[in-house]
Amino acid sequence: MSPSELFNIVIMQGFAGFSLFSVLLLMGLGLAIIFGQMGVINMAHGEFMTIGAYTIYLASHLSETFAPGLMPYYFPPAILLAFIAAFAVGWLAEWLLIRHLYKRPLDTLLATWGLSLGMQQVFRSTFGPKEVSPTLPDWLLGSWSPMAGLDIPINGLFVMALTLVVCAVVFLAMFRSRWGLRVRATVANRAMANATGIDTRRTDRITYAIGCGIAGMAGAAFTTIGSTGPTSGSLYIVDAFLVVTFGGAASLLGTIASAFSISQVQSIAEFFLTGSMAKVLTLSLILLILMMRPQGLFASKVRR
Amino acid sequence: MNKIFEQFGTHRHAALILLMLLLAVVLPLGLDIFRLNLIGKYLSYSFVAVGLVMLWGYGGILSLGQGVYFGLGGYCMAMFLKLEASDPVSTKIQTTPGIPDFMDWNQITALPLLWQPFRHLPLALLAVVLVPGLLAFVLGVAMFKRRVSGVYFAIMTQAVALILSVLIIGQQGYTGGVNGITDLKTLLGWDIRTDRAHYILYFVNVALLGLVILGCQWIQQSKLGTLLLAMRDKEDRVRFSGYDVASFRTFVFCLAAALAAIGGAMFTLQVGFMSPSFVGIVPSIELVIFTAIGGRMSLIGAVYGTLLVNLGKTYFSESFPDLWLFLMAALFIGVVMAFPDGLAGIYSARIRPWLLNRRGIQAASSVTQAGNPARP
Amino acid sequence: MSNTNYLLAVEDITVSFDGFKAIEALNLYVDQGELRVIIGPNGAGKTTLLDLICGKTRASAGSIKFKNQEMTRMAEHEIVRAGIGRKFQTPSIYENLSVFKNLEVSFPRGRSVFGALAFKCTEDVRARAQAVAEEIGLAAALELEAGLLSHGQKQWLEIGMLLMQDPELLMLDEPIAGMSARERELTAELLDRICRNRAMIVIEHDMEFVARIAHKVTVMHQGKILAEGAMEAVKNDPRVIDVYLGH
Repeated sequence: MSPSELFNIVIMQGFAGFSLFSVLLLMGLGLAIIFGQMGVINMAHGEFMTIGAYTIYLASHLSETFAPGLMPYYFPPAILLAFIAAFAVGWLAEWLLIRHLYKRPLDTLLATWGLSLGMQQVFRSTFGPKEVSPTLPDWLLGSWSPMAGLDIPINGLFVMALTLVVCAVVFLAMFRSRWGLRVRATVANRAMANATGIDTRRTDRITYAIGCGIAGMAGAAFTTIGSTGPTSGSLYIVDAFLVVTFGGAASLLGTIASAFSISQVQSIAEFFLTGSMAKVLTLSLILLILMMRPQGLFASKVRR
Repeated sequence: MNKIFEQFGTHRHAALILLMLLLAVVLPLGLDIFRLNLIGKYLSYSFVAVGLVMLWGYGGILSLGQGVYFGLGGYCMAMFLKLEASDPVSTKIQTTPGIPDFMDWNQITALPLLWQPFRHLPLALLAVVLVPGLLAFVLGVAMFKRRVSGVYFAIMTQAVALILSVLIIGQQGYTGGVNGITDLKTLLGWDIRTDRAHYILYFVNVALLGLVILGCQWIQQSKLGTLLLAMRDKEDRVRFSGYDVASFRTFVFCLAAALAAIGGAMFTLQVGFMSPSFVGIVPSIELVIFTAIGGRMSLIGAVYGTLLVNLGKTYFSESFPDLWLFLMAALFIGVVMAFPDGLAGIYSARIRPWLLNRRGIQAASSVTQAGNPARP
Repeated sequence: MSNTNYLLAVEDITVSFDGFKAIEALNLYVDQGELRVIIGPNGAGKTTLLDLICGKTRASAGSIKFKNQEMTRMAEHEIVRAGIGRKFQTPSIYENLSVFKNLEVSFPRGRSVFGALAFKCTEDVRARAQAVAEEIGLAAALELEAGLLSHGQKQWLEIGMLLMQDPELLMLDEPIAGMSARERELTAELLDRICRNRAMIVIEHDMEFVARIAHKVTVMHQGKILAEGAMEAVKNDPRVIDVYLGH
């Protein structure tokens, strides 16, 4: 293998890692809001991602059947739909379930696990047990080769761009908007936030729903790299939690850094090892680092 | 919560005797061996549930990776049985006779070093408890010393479950891969597949479970049990009374792991195989569900919870496979939301006062009220 | 630093949280049998100082010596076993255990895992719990669930739990917070009695109470020691008056 070939492989593996990075980051970002900020252990997070993925599938299916002319354009609006669908279900779940459990964090874990079981069965009954894939628009399928021997898939670039936009919006919303202020105030001191006139119940519900909505967009990103089945989401739930924990639970910046390092390690290891051993290696590494530094990469020292 | 425990405490021995009567007399008389073997399989899970009562209910530490220890115990047992089943005579059609069939399929030509100790039963039995115990010890020391607890501990244990199940599936040649270790036949020449063997193994299982529950009750009543509860509620006070909180947590984590491993070994013996589907995240969480439904503070409740959920699972997944997951979801959400203390909580909050009340009224006619219809 | 005759010698201790120095280059010496009271406005670093001594917070620099033994690297339970007891600001007792059990658990025997398994409540444990219960005025309540005690009684119970360990240095964080006048008086008498064979550090806001119990008073302000000495002298120190009344 010549040095230039090796260079190309590293670049391509790196970009393959970017697709995984996008999914992990979007999953992690939603979870960082729900788990890191609100303290709810959302085991159904993977299923909200699956909702997003199925929404894309439905949109592609409908567009193919009723309006084939719109095929090149359906994808961007479908991403928005994925967000809305997951947001709506999240809103409902918060109202029915989560709001009763804020004082018992470990029980949110158990209850949302029950929720995820139920949702998986809904998927299975609605879409069947087999995995489905949306028909992606042609412009997403090609690859971009800036030089000979180097092929960078366009879907990876697109998903990457989508992720960057979502991140930017979340950051702006969190640190520049009234909503972000309310969320941060509620997290810091619920009673005080209530006393200053913030409707913390409403804030909780919207926050949870937005976290779920972002997971839905992760599902949209996911359709470009894999096919969707009833249990697709559960494959990512542990990774998502590790991304958030590894980054330092309350830090959005940490979430980005850890999603990046995890996906890159895994993607590069995949080239040298089998897929499963790459996963074992990556997870073990994270676990080892977390054991050394349980507070994660980005955490501040405060008086406890 | 402690009130519940104390109320139950006065009836602790009666409850255990009742459970043992049900398991060792009523069920064997009432069920055929096929069904009894099924109950035996569920009872092997209940070792994990009993361990979780100690770890989660008493210690306040939720592990979402108990499948790891159940699986390791089961695999240690299965490795011994597999080697016995793979003697050179019965494997003479293989390229390399004398090694397990799946190794032969994966072009492995000699028994790996990892498998060597499992040629001997005493070593294998020791490994059943020591391997999971040691893993729990290492993880426990590493995490509890650094004050990892609550949610973070749960997530880390879940990651361990994921790692181990991916590893087992990925390393087919050494582990049998996704199919696991199958075709187990004899234990030191004794055929474990016969009805007679199933009966004997069932009773061994019940006896072991009884001993394990007695042991855990003893721990609960010792100062260690008091300290576990104290640590769960006022960690700092215990620490600043001169106790090393981490070492107590490590102990109860190792205890739960060892109990899970015994359950795993009993599973392998009774069911005749072990596979990665008992190691990963889903089975690990299911084990927590059994405990939650039985009551996380009640050793006896955990056994009933395991039995009931599994009986329900078997019945519904045979008759209404689509409904089963919905039912499980509803059951789980319902228990968490409405009955955080599970069946044991319902018993001591509702049924027992009612029973006592009735007994008060009709003191003369003391009939058996414990809700155990004796069947011939 | 060299060895001293002091029971506790805190020297040049500094701790910072994310750059904010909660305590800076602080020195504190406590004699055998001394009852020291630390006062100071909110945020002066009083509780942090106790946290440092008992190992709850780790110092960024400096040394803490107890009986000439360095404490800064020891684990919390080792510091307790060396003879330092700590009471928290809000009463921290085991609410759903009986008063007796609370005391029994604090008895310094069977502190290892297997020691706790083998622990038996022998006559000497019972006798000690009885004696301590009498000391803290809870002898009649031994079988009561601790959660049912009044706020003041809970404070006493926590002090009693520390007495079970017979520490050489006892640190109390606001022991009379939320107590009635009568309870305050009883607490003052209790502290007088238990101070006879051990040193104590008490954080308190109530000046009347401080004057009643203190041998020596240390005034902290913004992570540093502002003044130290007898109550009368400290009370008239212009810097102290400025901190409490000024701005």
